Amino acid sequence: MPGFDFSNHNRNAALHAQGVPLPKATSTGTTIVGCLFDGGVVIAADTRATSGPIVADKNCEKLHYIAPQIWCAGAGTAADTEFTTAIISSNLELHALSTGRKPRVVTCMTMLKQHLFRHQGHIGAYLVVAGVDPTGSHLFTVHAHGSTDKLPYVTMGSGSLAAMSVFETQWKNKMSRDDAVKLCADAIEAGIFNDLGSGSNVDVAVITEEKTTLMRNFITPNKRVPKQRNYRFQHGTTAVLNEKVITREEIGKYVTVHELDDDTVAATAETMDVDQ
Amino acid sequence: MQATGMLGEDGIHVDMNHLKKGEVNLGTSIMAINFKDGVILGADSRTTTGAYIANRVTDKLTQVHDTIWCCRSGSAADTQAVADIVQYHLGMYGITNNEPPSTQTAAAIFQELCYSNKDQLSAGMIIAGYDHRHGGQVYSIPLGGSLHKQAYAIGGSGSTYIYGYCDSYWQENMSEAEGIQFVKGALQEAIKWDGSSGGVIRMVVLTASGAQRHLYLPDQAYKGPGKQ
Repeated sequence: MPGFDFSNHNRNAALHAQGVPLPKATSTGTTIVGCLFDGGVVIAADTRATSGPIVADKNCEKLHYIAPQIWCAGAGTAADTEFTTAIISSNLELHALSTGRKPRVVTCMTMLKQHLFRHQGHIGAYLVVAGVDPTGSHLFTVHAHGSTDKLPYVTMGSGSLAAMSVFETQWKNKMSRDDAVKLCADAIEAGIFNDLGSGSNVDVAVITEEKTTLMRNFITPNKRVPKQRNYRFQHGTTAVLNEKVITREEIGKYVTVHELDDDTVAATAETMDVDQ
Repeated sequence: MQATGMLGEDGIHVDMNHLKKGEVNLGTSIMAINFKDGVILGADSRTTTGAYIANRVTDKLTQVHDTIWCCRSGSAADTQAVADIVQYHLGMYGITNNEPPSTQTAAAIFQELCYSNKDQLSAGMIIAGYDHRHGGQVYSIPLGGSLHKQAYAIGGSGSTYIYGYCDSYWQENMSEAEGIQFVKGALQEAIKWDGSSGGVIRMVVLTASGAQRHLYLPDQAYKGPGKQ
């Protein structure tokens, strides 16, 4: 029969009705934060990516570029934060080109919320949007269903509770740049140490009217040290019981033997071109 | 994971009315009242995701035109989207007709959106506005998308605790000070008894002279600072 086959829909609906859960997507148990300061805004993130109980990446990047002076920190489904920020970044650049003005943070936030609302929460992107534009410095959170908040300091992700406890005890109005960076790094560290979904290093981005500074691996509290012992066996540990030498002429009777130009070249079927 | 559907004799039933998992919720106490010189809108400031307070200083009083505001309850995403669309329509109305829209017009646009998308939305709105032809007016649009013109309206999860308070203390043609005290007293009770409501009390007073914001903080026993 021609046409589409919808039998899987009926199967899925029946399974759903029996209480079978949907397959789980890869998500980033995450700590991301943001904080306004006198003269700009700073955002920070941890660098652990997880799929279920497995650490998928020990040093991933969760700070995403939108525009030179607008950056996003992403939590939730890794692929969704990546593609959502990329799409909005692209559209915002076209918007800036057509208007001939610098992009605004509210414009970015509105495009994000309308995109996410249209997809009714199926795009699992939870974002902290920060930036400086001609109207000043701004900080927002955008949830996957399309709701937004505007606050002087924000946290998101599974480590948001640990991070918020740092902000709620240490935050002050009109902080200096260095104090804000320290506070954000401390909040992320609280997530790294107290939340299982967060870990590894602290990434920080500082946005001011003049420039954006991305400080990748600003703090590395989980450095890997050399092993104190190794368990490699010395040569000759295992006794040789017998030895047999097969010559090239002999094996040539059964398989085809290629001569290599020089001994240093590894024996591969096809050589691969690589950028030098 | 909990099952969200059921297999009945006559087919598959999926519960559409529950809040989507992880959705930001405005477990709320909101209200709007008429008084002698106009209207007063009031709201608490708590937004929650499950048991976590996602924002403790939320602004649930949203401007959709110069002197037309709304109180939002239900899903934060849904109510923000609806308010943004209404703001767009009223902006266009104001420009094309060279005259500000009436409160009733605003409420009708809200109703159109809330009713025609009722299966997909969880949005309970109260619309209040002041125009020179009709003075202050209060409209309520509960979950089904019906529209009710009322002397005063209360909404959100916290409102269930203050039906008695409001019915007992309500008076027609209150002064501004009396109106503020009525709203503040009612919201204080709602915050006290409803776990999903809390934080600060925000108010907007709408009169012939425009909009005036008020703020009352819990650490000052909701006495101040008052006018912003």
